Amino acid sequence: MTAITRKPAIGHGFRLQWEPAQSAHVLLYPEGMVKLNGSAGAIMSRCDGSHTLEEIVADLEKTFGVRGLSGDVSAFVSMALEKNWLEMR
Amino acid sequence: MAVADSVGVPSDATPRPGPPLWLLLELTYRCPLHCVFCYNPTDFANVGRELDTDQWVRVLREARALGAVQLGLSGGEPLARDDLEIIAGEAHALGYYTNLITSGIGLTEARIAALKSAGVDHIQLSFQDSTREMNDFLSSTRTFELKAKVAALIKQHDYPMVLNVVLHRLNIDHVGDILAMAERMGAEYVELANTQYYGWASLNRAHLLPSRAQLQRAEQVTQEFRARLGERMRIFFVVPDYFETRPKPCMNGLGSVFLTVAPDGLALPCHAARMLPGLDLPNVRDVSVQSIWYDSRAFNRFRGEGWMKDPCRSCPQRTRDFGGCRCQAFLLTGDPDNADPVCDLSPHHHLVTSAVAQAERGSAEPGPAERGAPTPGERPLIFRDHRTSIPVSSR
Repeated sequence: MTAITRKPAIGHGFRLQWEPAQSAHVLLYPEGMVKLNGSAGAIMSRCDGSHTLEEIVADLEKTFGVRGLSGDVSAFVSMALEKNWLEMR
Repeated sequence: MAVADSVGVPSDATPRPGPPLWLLLELTYRCPLHCVFCYNPTDFANVGRELDTDQWVRVLREARALGAVQLGLSGGEPLARDDLEIIAGEAHALGYYTNLITSGIGLTEARIAALKSAGVDHIQLSFQDSTREMNDFLSSTRTFELKAKVAALIKQHDYPMVLNVVLHRLNIDHVGDILAMAERMGAEYVELANTQYYGWASLNRAHLLPSRAQLQRAEQVTQEFRARLGERMRIFFVVPDYFETRPKPCMNGLGSVFLTVAPDGLALPCHAARMLPGLDLPNVRDVSVQSIWYDSRAFNRFRGEGWMKDPCRSCPQRTRDFGGCRCQAFLLTGDPDNADPVCDLSPHHHLVTSAVAQAERGSAEPGPAERGAPTPGERPLIFRDHRTSIPVSSR
């Protein structure tokens, strides 16, 4: 299947940005806003449509000096896809 | 505490508020429509001159520096301002997520293209009903076909489509048709917003309040659409609070996240707050947004719990609903410090239940001939208009 090669990106009509006043990444959409926690922000900010899930996991593990993030990241991405926060390209 | 209150400084019990995350700019009260449920002030014709482009841009800049990020451009009809594209462009450059809240009147192909390139993120389009007859009657215009064209333009320009329909007794039975229309238009979000009784809607309440049976049918139809369409078309159903027993946490508490700037520059902790007595609302022409948000007496007036009276003062719900809506408390009881009478713990709750009981008695849907016609002992529907504005408000 194409699941391995497909690349998550911010969903149509959503915008991700860092807000200094809230010290957080926020996800903006029509008349709404989700304030992301640190892990969610770290994952979402790497979903730029040019990296596969596997590459994103590798980058996160390297950045935070930990291993075994694949399960947590996949679970978050599935949830975010369901909410249309992310889409696969 | 009394001393702190008199100079507008929150008491020690009130933590410093967070930023005004939500900024609503009511750019103008001018509007080509004459909707009977409009929440704009009934004396809008007396409101002073509008801020100019530079003044709006300064408000944007100052609020953004405090942390404002969700921006509503509204009115009146914001397209009545010919500098809308400039204001939207500045907002985008500052990093706002910009919501244009419009009737669609004036949204030509050229203007939507210009607004798209200026960086407007989303357009919320209002409809009054699913039928031309009722849409045009409720807005006192011939605009249904035009709105349908605008809906198509919004899709063509790749915007997420949000349809907003204000519900009341005269259109709530059409919810199935309204949702079917939204589905045909490819709407991603639909807001079925039951009328809130402020401004013109308050004048027309006897005509607009639905019966409980109408409300239940509408909710059932909404559930059927939700079950079938799921995430493809998300439907928000805003219940009319008159049918509730606990009040809405209005604005998440005044002065907590929400800042409105009215056409004349008046800064409001809620878009209806102009009516509240003794609030001494500051104007962005005279004071910085920072000073308004953190230091003004008006924005501190309803922060924390010091202003509350019984039964709110000792109620465990007070941290959840903040006593409900201050404007509704004032409109119905004459005192903005009272509990919102929607609450069944309020000694004034009968004011709400008697309005609902009256709606139950008059719940038979009026035929077209009766719509807007005066019935015995009841004044006719009043359409929002410059001609009616001044006489209505001086009553």
